[in-house]
Amino acid sequence: MTRPLDVLRSIGQQLLHGSPQAKALGFELVEVAPAEATLKVAYRDDLIGDPDTGVVAGGVVTTLLDHTCGQAVWAALPDYAPIATLDLRIDYMRPAEPGLPVFAHAHCYRLTRTIAFVRAQAYDRERDDPIATAQAAFALHTNPGRGPSTQAKPEGAA
Amino acid sequence: MNEAETLAAVLARIPYARFLGMGAELHGDEMTAILPFSDHLVGNPTLPAIHGGVLGAFMEITALAQLSISHGQGRQPRPIDVTVQYLRTGKPVATYARAQLKRVGSRIANVYVEAWQEARAAPIASLHGHFLVSAKEAAG
Repeated sequence: MTRPLDVLRSIGQQLLHGSPQAKALGFELVEVAPAEATLKVAYRDDLIGDPDTGVVAGGVVTTLLDHTCGQAVWAALPDYAPIATLDLRIDYMRPAEPGLPVFAHAHCYRLTRTIAFVRAQAYDRERDDPIATAQAAFALHTNPGRGPSTQAKPEGAA
Repeated sequence: MNEAETLAAVLARIPYARFLGMGAELHGDEMTAILPFSDHLVGNPTLPAIHGGVLGAFMEITALAQLSISHGQGRQPRPIDVTVQYLRTGKPVATYARAQLKRVGSRIANVYVEAWQEARAAPIASLHGHFLVSAKEAAG
């Protein structure tokens, strides 16, 4: 059983606001549903990776995908558990269009007792025309300090 | 430009590298990328730990910079795919990274990057990826 949508949304917002890097990049929560999350980052000059083309840095997309995958795991878990990214594979399909925001949608499609498996897409216009796709595995129930992407426990979480 | 100047120019031109606050040092042909700790890099404030995405991004730019100093100053290489593995928590201290160019073909380069903090023998993350490189004559 996953938690009610309003609880998921509130936890999602707290996870974003509690993360200085997500704040610095200006991540916004677009949508959260059981085992799914959609986040957005606005186009900004200081996030450009290639000044010749104005294309946003691959690293911004990497962080957006990592963060969105983590949120999807949160939205899949019945109760609070610390999580840590084990690995993240990203395929870059095409450059993001300069001037447009980048969205990421992640789906936690399988949970075991110890591991969460997640797929995600980053896109600027349509989800079926991705900038990048990602596949990630997260360790669940990790002890604090176990992994670099360990998410903060949101206030009020069970 | 010598290699050290090329390296400085490559990093200075990337707005996002400045956003992260990363720098690099060149000793002979070996580059060490440096990411000084800063509060805005934190993903989880309760540990605190550097955001996993930041570590991936830092290693990605390390790969790009190593390719630029080793293989010319044409168009910036573009990532094709990367796999990032997380081994240890990124503590609130400086992070370092070095890239190994496993193979650089005429169009595609295979690069391995390792990031560490206190001890190089205890890496905190690694990145293995392919990058699209343009031939030197295609520069411009």
